Amino acid sequence: MVDQSAVGRRFTPVTAHVEAGRLRYFLDTLGETNPVYRDAAAAKAEGFAAPPIPPTYLFCLEMLDNENPFEFLTALQIDLGRVLHGEQSFTYHAPVMVGDTLTFSPQVTSVTDKKGGAMTLIGVETAVTNQHGVHVADTTRTIVVRNG
Amino acid sequence: MTDTMDMTTSPAVGDRIVHKRFPAINRHRLALYCGASGDHNPIHVDIDFAKASGFPDVFTHGMLVMGYLGQALSDAVPPGRIRSFSTRFAAITQLGAEITCEGQVTELIEAGGERRARLALTARDQTGEIKLAGEAIIAV
Repeated sequence: MVDQSAVGRRFTPVTAHVEAGRLRYFLDTLGETNPVYRDAAAAKAEGFAAPPIPPTYLFCLEMLDNENPFEFLTALQIDLGRVLHGEQSFTYHAPVMVGDTLTFSPQVTSVTDKKGGAMTLIGVETAVTNQHGVHVADTTRTIVVRNG
Repeated sequence: MTDTMDMTTSPAVGDRIVHKRFPAINRHRLALYCGASGDHNPIHVDIDFAKASGFPDVFTHGMLVMGYLGQALSDAVPPGRIRSFSTRFAAITQLGAEITCEGQVTELIEAGGERRARLALTARDQTGEIKLAGEAIIAV
């Protein structure tokens, strides 16, 4: 079982590229037709130099360009089949657009046992910066591990 | 009350500005989302793996449903005005779920040198069960 010794642990930073074609595949999958995410002129009309990414896409970028997307689970010896997503949040500080290169730096911030140890909640916070060193976002997720 | 966001006037507490319904989630959608999102956890696409993990079948990525909620949000609010977006995954979303996303203004606040609104967001399936309960802060 994951214990308090995991708190503060950092994992390999991930560098991810916001690619137009890959983003289009994501938009098509969700049936997203808002032109701001697809069309440079529509994006410009809303004040973006290039199409911005939709609200949850940061989560995807961190996994898409991760050489070891389940590093965190492997390192903490957590079985992939026992993991559920408990909570997710995004705080946006500056726009992220097609063409950007982002760096994700994840860190375990909390480990909490629930239901007498039947479940463990693991909090992970990730700071996201772009190619200019601008801190563009923070994401937090809570992973639920079913123990036993 | 208004049903769309008019950025020339400030929204009021109680305004229901987010509302969108999505088609039933099928296995094909989960396979596409697996590739599109980079979340290759087999529990969402491989029934054998799901059963071995104690589930009756594959189930929807929570982040697919949050993607729907984000889409409903940015249909109503220009993306450049969304300051934060968070959700709790309240229940597993099963195959066949028809998700309806809704959001309502709950508070007007001042933060970061601008006027902002807090929205309460939900994603429910066709039975009305809440799958995601979340919140967004937007600039108004």
